[in-house]
Amino acid sequence: MADGQALRKLTIRILRYNPRVPGDVPRLQDYEIEEADGMTLFIALNDIRDRLDGSIAFDFVCRAGICGSCAMMIDGRPGLACRTLTKNLGAVITLAPLPVFELVADLSVDTGKWMRGMSERLEAWVHVKQGEIDLKRIEDRMDPDLAEEIFELDRCIECGCCVAGCGTARMRDDFVGAVGLNKIARFRLDPRDTRTDEDFYELVGDDDGVFGCMSLLACHDVCPKQLPLQTQIAFLRRKMVKQGTLG
Amino acid sequence: MDLAQSASGLALGLFMWGHMFFVSTILISKDAMWAVTKFFEGYFFFGTAYPGVVSAVVAGVLVLVMVHAFLAMRKFPANYRQYRAFTGHRALMGHEDTTLWWWQFLTGFALFFLAAVHLYQMLMHPGDIGPYGSADRVWSGRWWPIYLVMLFAVELHGGIGLYRLCVKWGWFEGKDPAASRKRLKTAKWALTVFFLVLGLATLGAYMKIGYEHRDLVGERHTPSWVVPDPKEKAP
Repeated sequence: MADGQALRKLTIRILRYNPRVPGDVPRLQDYEIEEADGMTLFIALNDIRDRLDGSIAFDFVCRAGICGSCAMMIDGRPGLACRTLTKNLGAVITLAPLPVFELVADLSVDTGKWMRGMSERLEAWVHVKQGEIDLKRIEDRMDPDLAEEIFELDRCIECGCCVAGCGTARMRDDFVGAVGLNKIARFRLDPRDTRTDEDFYELVGDDDGVFGCMSLLACHDVCPKQLPLQTQIAFLRRKMVKQGTLG
Repeated sequence: MDLAQSASGLALGLFMWGHMFFVSTILISKDAMWAVTKFFEGYFFFGTAYPGVVSAVVAGVLVLVMVHAFLAMRKFPANYRQYRAFTGHRALMGHEDTTLWWWQFLTGFALFFLAAVHLYQMLMHPGDIGPYGSADRVWSGRWWPIYLVMLFAVELHGGIGLYRLCVKWGWFEGKDPAASRKRLKTAKWALTVFFLVLGLATLGAYMKIGYEHRDLVGERHTPSWVVPDPKEKAP
């Protein structure tokens, strides 16, 4: 390797299971590969699929931490395969699909279904009052600092890591997760969205929303985009308490 | 509910810090602990000690504990599936704050019983608090095992809880939340260790006094400034 260390033999241990194959049972399957310089898990998985076993299912699109498709449990923690260097892990690496989301097969899960359900439930889009919609009107200018603030939260790629890492989401199916709370924080900032805190309180002012969060902060710690989830959830909690108590 | 849970937790956490300082005055002297006891019984205000004042405070604390426990229960695993999901998740993740919550849950559950027993005793026998009264209860009354377990449960639960309150509501976040969180966690552990050491020393002191006083159970401490030291009378 470039840093002078000897190349390692890696054991990639993958939780295999395809619920669509009758009789298939969950099992751990080991694959031995040789580590390469700068190898990511994405490269390792492709190496396995190309040379050792073409039947392994896993997702990827961008290979650059932008699409969020390759999120999986890496040694028990959620992360993006394309952003995880094997040199930072042990010689035996265990990979499993993200929990919470519907399993497609092996390491592939359908995060889209969950995310769509959450987005529809939280109405995660800019709300404009009927009658005020004027497609010919030029959009108001936005303060660059505010635009930057909104963009910061809009960097979420909906990879599902925050949900998979959340102890509350693991216990309670209806919890909206940090991704959902981050969306509310994002639309709350947006001056084009005419909703008030009263409207947002209706969406997340309960134990399935911001008051269900137990502040374990794993979402913040595992977010591959380093979104300020700790700060945003605390801020949203304060605002929702104010709305809930003072109106 | 989240606000009430946090507020009751904050009040109880701060109360426990104060409580520990008050009971640990036994490390200074029996007279100091006696003075603290009598202060809370209103002796220095009314000229007479009213242990009922302590009972009233205990009743208030008991209500706070009940409210806090009732509100916190909604965060507990509600069935075996949830229990398995969380324990498996905690073990696999190896994430410190997730593990700390699990300890907070376990110690909180233990305190349902430990605190209830202790508070009932204090509610019904407030006059038994004192250098000898407390020491006799600890040693001759065989309360020290429950106090020992309760000390660890309270300090872990309270320390983790107060840290979580800070990150939950964004207190002391400053401009660098990551650095603040690290500092908060360091402070949390430092305070937990401090109160554990103080608590162990205090419990040890009561056990020692109780052991030495085992043949005179029921006798109450009289401050040294009230009764002249018999040695001084000796020729």
